[in-house]
Amino acid sequence: MKSLEELKAIRDKARSSVEMRENTDAETRVLVGMATCGIAAGARPVLTSLVEEVAKRNLKNVMVTQTGCIGICQYEPVVEVVMAGKEKVTYVNMTAEKAVRVVNDHLVNGNVVTEYTIGANKQ
Amino acid sequence: MRELSLNVMDVVQNSISADAKLIAIEVREDIPGDRLSITVRDDGKGMSEEQVLQVTDPFYTTRTTRSVGLGVPLFKMEAEMTGGSFEIESKTGAGTCLTAVFRASSVDMVPLGDINAVILLLVTCNPELDFLFTRTRFGDEEHRFSLDTRELKEILGADVPLNSPEVVQWVTEFLKENTDQLLGKENEK
Repeated sequence: MKSLEELKAIRDKARSSVEMRENTDAETRVLVGMATCGIAAGARPVLTSLVEEVAKRNLKNVMVTQTGCIGICQYEPVVEVVMAGKEKVTYVNMTAEKAVRVVNDHLVNGNVVTEYTIGANKQ
Repeated sequence: MRELSLNVMDVVQNSISADAKLIAIEVREDIPGDRLSITVRDDGKGMSEEQVLQVTDPFYTTRTTRSVGLGVPLFKMEAEMTGGSFEIESKTGAGTCLTAVFRASSVDMVPLGDINAVILLLVTCNPELDFLFTRTRFGDEEHRFSLDTRELKEILGADVPLNSPEVVQWVTEFLKENTDQLLGKENEK
């Protein structure tokens, strides 16, 4: 059974690890639209996928968070990637699989996945 | 929505927009009473009497990007369709409490769905907020478990945010184990 003792162990391990003492201000923010339109369109699996992939790849400077209505409901699920010093990138019609690719190509390697962006999908 | 857990995700976003710092989510299954009730209570800025009357109107919203707000009206409709009920209590400056009750055996019942995924996402994507999730099942006896992020933070301290991978893993497993146990206990009888 999960116990609070295990949390103490996690805390102790973190305190002894040098990495945690570095500046953890997120340089990259990933915003997932979580308004009614987004949730109905399937934003939850996209968010789950992003959180899991970022954790799996151990990306320290990335903060995945939820945001409200972005105003482009027909393109939901929408994911916005905001990197310090760069233009915001808006990905539309996202799925859990596409999210994995965005983490690996864009967040890790710095290559925007153009075919998923709003520019490439405008009707 | 396909799952009530998605409606919960939706209305909790309202609580977050209302600058809530502590959001309590309660799911209660009353098997002999044939009821599922979901309560979301927050300590955000609350609503005026007039707003409380308007909030269930699909054409009322405080956002500026669109002119409809479907979250609350959808949840209300889903509850009432099953022969259940829907109530919102709120006071400006004192937070909001929303209760949706469903008749579980109704043909129009929407399944609860993956509520643990919703709780996990809320906790890990809003590490600066606090959540108290309680799940109760009343069959022959009442069984309950709860997750209080304030307790977790007390143990973890300021150095370990709730979105650290190990903590996310712990919360995932905690929710799964406790839910399995809660549901399993009923099947034993």
